[in-house]
Amino acid sequence: MNWFFQFMNSSVGKKITMATTGLLLCLYLVIHLFGNLFLYAGPEAFNLYVERLSSLKPLVRVIEVILTLIFVFHIWNALRLTLANRRSSGEISYTEYQAHEVSALSSRFMGVTGSILFIFLVVHLQTIWYTFQTHHQEGQFYAVVTGNQVGFGNPVYAVFYLIAMFLLGFHLKHGFQSAFQTFGIRYNKYGKLIEAIAVIFWLIIPATFATIPIYFGFLKGGF
Amino acid sequence: MKVTLKVWRQKNGSTPGQFVSYEVDQVSEDMSFFEMLDMLNNSLVRKGEEPISFDHDCREGICGTCGLMINGRAHGPLKGVTTCQLHMRSFSDGDTIVVEPWRARAFPVIRDLIVDRTAFDRIMEAGGYISVRTGGAPDANAIPISKKAADAAFDSAACIGCGACVATCKNSSAMLFTAAKVSQFAVLPQGQVERKERVLNMVAQMDAEGFGACTNTGACEAECPKEISLVNIARLNREFLRASLAG
Repeated sequence: MNWFFQFMNSSVGKKITMATTGLLLCLYLVIHLFGNLFLYAGPEAFNLYVERLSSLKPLVRVIEVILTLIFVFHIWNALRLTLANRRSSGEISYTEYQAHEVSALSSRFMGVTGSILFIFLVVHLQTIWYTFQTHHQEGQFYAVVTGNQVGFGNPVYAVFYLIAMFLLGFHLKHGFQSAFQTFGIRYNKYGKLIEAIAVIFWLIIPATFATIPIYFGFLKGGF
Repeated sequence: MKVTLKVWRQKNGSTPGQFVSYEVDQVSEDMSFFEMLDMLNNSLVRKGEEPISFDHDCREGICGTCGLMINGRAHGPLKGVTTCQLHMRSFSDGDTIVVEPWRARAFPVIRDLIVDRTAFDRIMEAGGYISVRTGGAPDANAIPISKKAADAAFDSAACIGCGACVATCKNSSAMLFTAAKVSQFAVLPQGQVERKERVLNMVAQMDAEGFGACTNTGACEAECPKEISLVNIARLNREFLRASLAG
């Protein structure tokens, strides 16, 4: 097991952990979005989807635990890396430092975008996820999501959700392709394919998520 | 032309430093940046002041000795050149130019603009070699090597170890340097014998020296005077993953 801890605590190992957990979370985004799209099919379809999921409760709980572990690992590793990287910079920082001329904005603010996304995650769980756990009556789920209590009918949540989706796209703009660079498979025959799939993750998926608050909050909703 | 220099002056590693401004007149645009500094140093010596210390050797862009942070850019504003290959025509009359040493915990300041880069030497000692009986010169084509592999190894070996990658990286990561030094052997048959130990030991030494981790911002590639590519870092990651997982 010694090699395992050496690997996990090395700078490259930590990056590989970030990449692996990050891509697994990307995979979860696809599953999550699939569920969200039932909202467009109307109250019956969405409620039925959530109830079907609820009937698989033991399996859902196991997935939730795994997902939590992936999140914890991703965040813990990010903190570890950020603190170590801060220590690596000299005690005195540059008076002049033209970072924007040599690197992309999204690559320099992963910590900032990640931290705001974490706040979003906590709020999102506290509002939608927690309310879902406590609303077992049939036909309630659609009303919760589109309602003006914790749902998209509430302008504060709708706007917060939109900002979060913008930051998610920004986070994945760097994160998705960076993960493949970390695995060492970006500069080969798969490079173009990875670039194309990256667009799905940083643009199409966050944008599709964002259509939900726009449609149910601003277009169809009560404000 | 006339320029104002804001230069980092520091007596030694244990004394705090500060910026000192100097006005340099009669600068020719054909002068190299170092010739301009030489001119300033001559005038400082004539006035009985301490000249500015900076590292330089070949002044031909091939030795890797020089390296200054000029207006927030490693080796100055041009792409693919070392500080010694930078000329005053890249600046304008009346410019204020901020000159700082490389800043990284693993590169402590020795004096003024000179930093201690022996951390790079220790990374090389950890695995940047092949153990072979050298003897007499071997026959050139005794070991068949494809053109593609030879070119890739040569591209990696172009790294002169100046430290610009560390200097410009927001994490002070030495990943591009280490990646180039691992790559130059990884793609050649001569490098296969110590392939696994090399990458593990060099990464371990890189971490022990206190360099940061890579965030894939690409600043190192953008600032490298020898234009060493991020392909090397991808290869280092692959080599490391392979060496860690294989028994």
